Amino acid sequence: MDAPDPSTSSYYVSDDFYAGLVDEFSGWQTPERAISDAALRESCARFLALEARLLDQDRFDDWLALFAPECVYWVPGTRDGDPRREIAIAFDDRRRLEDRIFRLNTGEAWSQRPGSRTTRMVSNIELFSTGDPEIVMARSNFLTVEFRAGATRIWAGWAGHRLRDATTHWRILVKQVNLIDYDQNLRNPSIVL
Amino acid sequence: MTELPSINGAASGPAYDYDRLVFEDRVHRVLYTDPRIFDAEMTRIFGAVWVYLGHESQIPQVNDFVTTRLGRRPIILVRDSDGVLRALYNRCTHRGSTVCRETRGSAKSFQCGYHGWTFLNSGKLNGVPWPDGYADNFSDEKFNLAQVPRVDSYRGFVFGTLNLDAPALVDYLGGVAGPLDEWLDRHPGGKVALCEANRLKFKGNWKLLYDNSADGYHVVFSHRSLLAMENRFEPDSDKGMAFYRSSPDSAPMYVRCFANGHHFKDKRPNVEDRPGALWDIEGPHPGMEHFEASLRQRLGDRADRALDLASSEPVNINVFPNLHILGNHVQVSTPVAVDETDTTWYGTAVVDDDGALEGTVDAINALRMRTQESFPNFGEVDDLANFEQIQVGFLAEEDEWVYMHRGLGIPGRLKVDDEGAITGPPTDEVFMREHMKVWKRLMTAEPRIAITRTV
Repeated sequence: MDAPDPSTSSYYVSDDFYAGLVDEFSGWQTPERAISDAALRESCARFLALEARLLDQDRFDDWLALFAPECVYWVPGTRDGDPRREIAIAFDDRRRLEDRIFRLNTGEAWSQRPGSRTTRMVSNIELFSTGDPEIVMARSNFLTVEFRAGATRIWAGWAGHRLRDATTHWRILVKQVNLIDYDQNLRNPSIVL
Repeated sequence: MTELPSINGAASGPAYDYDRLVFEDRVHRVLYTDPRIFDAEMTRIFGAVWVYLGHESQIPQVNDFVTTRLGRRPIILVRDSDGVLRALYNRCTHRGSTVCRETRGSAKSFQCGYHGWTFLNSGKLNGVPWPDGYADNFSDEKFNLAQVPRVDSYRGFVFGTLNLDAPALVDYLGGVAGPLDEWLDRHPGGKVALCEANRLKFKGNWKLLYDNSADGYHVVFSHRSLLAMENRFEPDSDKGMAFYRSSPDSAPMYVRCFANGHHFKDKRPNVEDRPGALWDIEGPHPGMEHFEASLRQRLGDRADRALDLASSEPVNINVFPNLHILGNHVQVSTPVAVDETDTTWYGTAVVDDDGALEGTVDAINALRMRTQESFPNFGEVDDLANFEQIQVGFLAEEDEWVYMHRGLGIPGRLKVDDEGAITGPPTDEVFMREHMKVWKRLMTAEPRIAITRTV
């Protein structure tokens, strides 16, 4: 039997998947796991710049194509929380991430009409190894300046990317976006972070 | 002993002749734009009625606290060392600084960071540095933290009021307690636990949110993108709020208005009355197929009820002025300024103390967290964008009126029961007209507002 298509069904977001996710995003930024390979770091930096540019250019479908079929886009609303027990600002599996882009593309998502213009700075990139040689974790800081409806504002924080296939082409398994003001009331959090 | 303020915002005359601002079919734009009206609301509305402050599940143990607001007043909601629920003013009696700067925690006492005055979590002053420098007797209760004189809980929902003449909480809730009971009683043990929240903010007046809270007229327009999204795989399917699509005026759902500005939009009649019917209309959610298969395998025929607990309950229960129960959310709105409002969508989790769910409560909650993230992400953001655009439209000073007259004057559209509750179609603006009558009554009354320092 073929594996179910994660664009139309959600079998992979299971209890084991959640448990793995919580484990993978706990205690990963350790000196023992730091990767100093300059070429790998350069390749990853280029990938993260591409990701930021696609979002700045509203190329959402191209941005989606950077994700693995079974992926997560995760904006936690807590520090060190478990998404099985806590609401997240966003917790999208593949299908919901496609939902998110579908909605933006309807032209009738009033929170994004007119749409936001963004400029994203990505810096302080650090790479960390995982138990799987094909998977690395990247930590980066972001500063996203958003202009919409006459006002300019800033989103800031750090992102944890779980990335696969470093030797050929990068694919995002998980993007975790950690806002510095994750526990505050946020005005119109309708852009993709 | 209670203490009446020497300057009572509610005792000074009203800023306007409200008879010229609030009519049955319309209200004036200044209700939403004038900072003087907003200031008056903070005492005449938020000081005069029972205001939702928090949920007991946020402070389950003795000494637990959360910080919150009553209107703009900074409040520490605490279960004190004797287990008494108290709403302390988060304001040092000495010079006015907040004494608690955390959002939640457990503390037997609070110490001001400015001069070190320390208060027990009952509000009683416990000590000041170098008291010999004072001629005062610090056992005088005037140095205790101020607190809300009346705090009460209805099945876990904690409210407070400054108004000594307000009715008992259960009488203030009146008819809206019925829907609230039904919402709680669909859960094991008749209770839920609050968990984290989708925290949102909009640059608009707090009443814009209350005016929208039972509005079935806006749904297919404001939430067009969400309706399309929920049904994108089969455009004619009936997922999510699709029951609004054809002719919501004549759909089986209804709006019911109770005394004191509370209302209830009941969408349950749109959904078949059988186990699994709520789950069947849920749009796509992360983990849906996996957890459904797993629950069906474990529970067999009983899985439908479990899946319904992960599904959104199709109700909007609005308790004036700041509490909204909708879907599985406990939504709280908090005024910040005349043109700024925080709205916090607390998620709720199922609690299964008695094992009625046969060990599946964690799986149900794992699904329920994801179903609850959908509307704040893909629906509420569009509502708030629309509210902000109303606030922009209100800058047109000479164009004064805001209409809320849908249904008004059409014979036979509304029914009034023996208790005075008014029931009408879900797209009728009668609920706005009713809470605006309450608003006007409150704004022209002079409530007896007080604090207490008695411990």
